[in-house]
Amino acid sequence: MTAQEGTVLTTADLAGNGAHGNDPDIHGKFGVFGGRYVPEALIPALDEVAAEYDKAKNDVAFIREFDHLLRTYAGRPTTLTEVSRFAEQAGGARIILKREDLTHTGAHKINNVLGQALLTKRLGKTRVIAETGAGQHGVATATAAALMGLECVIYMGAVDCERQALNVARMKLLGATVIPVTNGSQTLKDAINEAFRDWVANVDHTHYLFGTIAGPHPFPEIVRDFARVIGVEARRQILELTGRLPDAIAAAVGGGSNAIGIFHAFLDDEGVQLHGYEAGGRGLESGEHALTLTQGSVGVLHGSRTYVLQDDEGQTIESHSISAGLDYPGVGPEHAWLKDTGRASYHGITDAEAMDAFSLLSRTEGIIPAIESSHALAGALKLGREMGPEATILVNLSGRGDKDMGTAMKYFNL
Amino acid sequence: MTTLQTVFAKAKADDRAALIGYLPAGFPTQDGAIAVATAMVEAGCDVIEIGLPYSDPLMDGPTIQDAVHRALTNGTRIADVLRTVEGVAKTGAATLVMTYWNPIDRYGAERFARDLANAGGTGTITPDLTPEESEPWRTASAAVGIDTVFLVAPSSPETRIKAVIDSCTGFVYAASLMGVTGARESVGSAAQGLVERTRAHTDLPICVGLGVGTGRQAAEVAGYADGVIVGSAFIRRVLDAPDEASGLAAVRALGAELAAGVRG
Repeated sequence: MTAQEGTVLTTADLAGNGAHGNDPDIHGKFGVFGGRYVPEALIPALDEVAAEYDKAKNDVAFIREFDHLLRTYAGRPTTLTEVSRFAEQAGGARIILKREDLTHTGAHKINNVLGQALLTKRLGKTRVIAETGAGQHGVATATAAALMGLECVIYMGAVDCERQALNVARMKLLGATVIPVTNGSQTLKDAINEAFRDWVANVDHTHYLFGTIAGPHPFPEIVRDFARVIGVEARRQILELTGRLPDAIAAAVGGGSNAIGIFHAFLDDEGVQLHGYEAGGRGLESGEHALTLTQGSVGVLHGSRTYVLQDDEGQTIESHSISAGLDYPGVGPEHAWLKDTGRASYHGITDAEAMDAFSLLSRTEGIIPAIESSHALAGALKLGREMGPEATILVNLSGRGDKDMGTAMKYFNL
Repeated sequence: MTTLQTVFAKAKADDRAALIGYLPAGFPTQDGAIAVATAMVEAGCDVIEIGLPYSDPLMDGPTIQDAVHRALTNGTRIADVLRTVEGVAKTGAATLVMTYWNPIDRYGAERFARDLANAGGTGTITPDLTPEESEPWRTASAAVGIDTVFLVAPSSPETRIKAVIDSCTGFVYAASLMGVTGARESVGSAAQGLVERTRAHTDLPICVGLGVGTGRQAAEVAGYADGVIVGSAFIRRVLDAPDEASGLAAVRALGAELAAGVRG
């Protein structure tokens, strides 16, 4: 199937399979990363999801339905916006934003949840569960579940429920049940543990609608493929706008789905540098950060071999970031692989640097970005100064900042 | 060191199932764990699984999560786990370590296998290590002569059961239900069928865990399995006790009830 006028996707766009060597092997391995480290009880369910997804991604009817939802519900394609006033602070480099903040629900997460909700229906399952940190994936999942008539249960750390009360209310309004998780650190990683516990007990009628490219195979591949539309669109659009590929791409990395979403369509474009920006929190020395790729070590977390923030005996270390969406001590195995192969490079951005970029984009361009995305913006400012005025940098503006007003009010004394 | 092979041969000779008890190292305290495990052995446990406390126990229910959290808060480290194994092995029970994979991965598979064997441990149960990923651990374990126990589940099709038992030595752990650890009103109805399906492919002993917590349930499981595994119910006795002595007494009482159960 080739791209039809008015559509944003083709089967090749979704899967990318066979077109290049950028897919995991049949065990879900990206090099030594990925795989499955889960209770045996879940293996048949993971096999079932993988088998159904293999069928779906090659099924023109499935792609058409997904594409239709992306256009008529999520609001795709999202536009590119060149931000020249903002770029004055970036050594004069051209900075172009991919506007995922303009999608329905206000963040790129909608792409993945629509794809997986369709997959849930193909699997014949009637209930979805999901984890959420800041609440963005929870809201997106509740949205897709409402649209498709699926029962929806969201696990959210009790600490996060308190920090993000507005999103809890949004999920409830959308018909979801929100279960506060009170064990462990009461944040995202514990919400994931609890969602897995629910899944193993209810797997016969429940799909775990995983929110990022981490977790056991096939989640890293599926979530990536559904997020891939970001880069597929952006590649066409930037060629149209500038007549050439960008020199670099900047994206924030927590679990890593928005970053892989924009990186993946450019992996074979050797001249395009790929830069991921992790949450440096209060700085490396403080120990309060989420620098999984840049400071972590290889281990197993939530079913996948990848980089992990862990101590010398493999206990997970709690992460910190001003942005709840980046506050995760693991990362998708594909990023671990891209780091080790050298295809992408990863850097830290502190809370302060991210908040400066958050403020700068708001004041110079009239766009209030998500604090997650502000890490990519701060990265682009640095990159522009390094690369000089001839460079063009594409930034994934993965979400809007409305949800972050509470944090901003406190931070800036507004 | 008492081996699993010795335990199951003896239980078979007695025409009963083996009783296997679980307790995390460091719970309720470092020394308290050895005391509780010793009480479990004195009450009739043939095998003790010492849990290696891990920050993200995604297969465990609230009771074990609570105990493990306390153990980690107590500062329990792998050296403490090994010291606990050493203390428990001295009682004459076959002593295993039950652990999620990442702590071994980080410690080093060969190093952990060697240190566990030196502490008198007889093997491990690794609930999140699948056959596909288990080769390095099986090699390291075989080199020092310790067993590797893996799990089958009610959802496992025949192909998976075969793959799991090909990786197992010592015994096969059959999860009685689809869910996390924790005592329940009744043992999963799928357990017996799973044991029978597994039995068709192996001569290894098959032990049933998850949801077993009373003498009656132990007797029921002993009717079709070679071993009965109890964890949360023991931990619950310790958590609910007002002081250490009454906790130990409650653990002994439960152990005796279960030991009578496995004897039919």
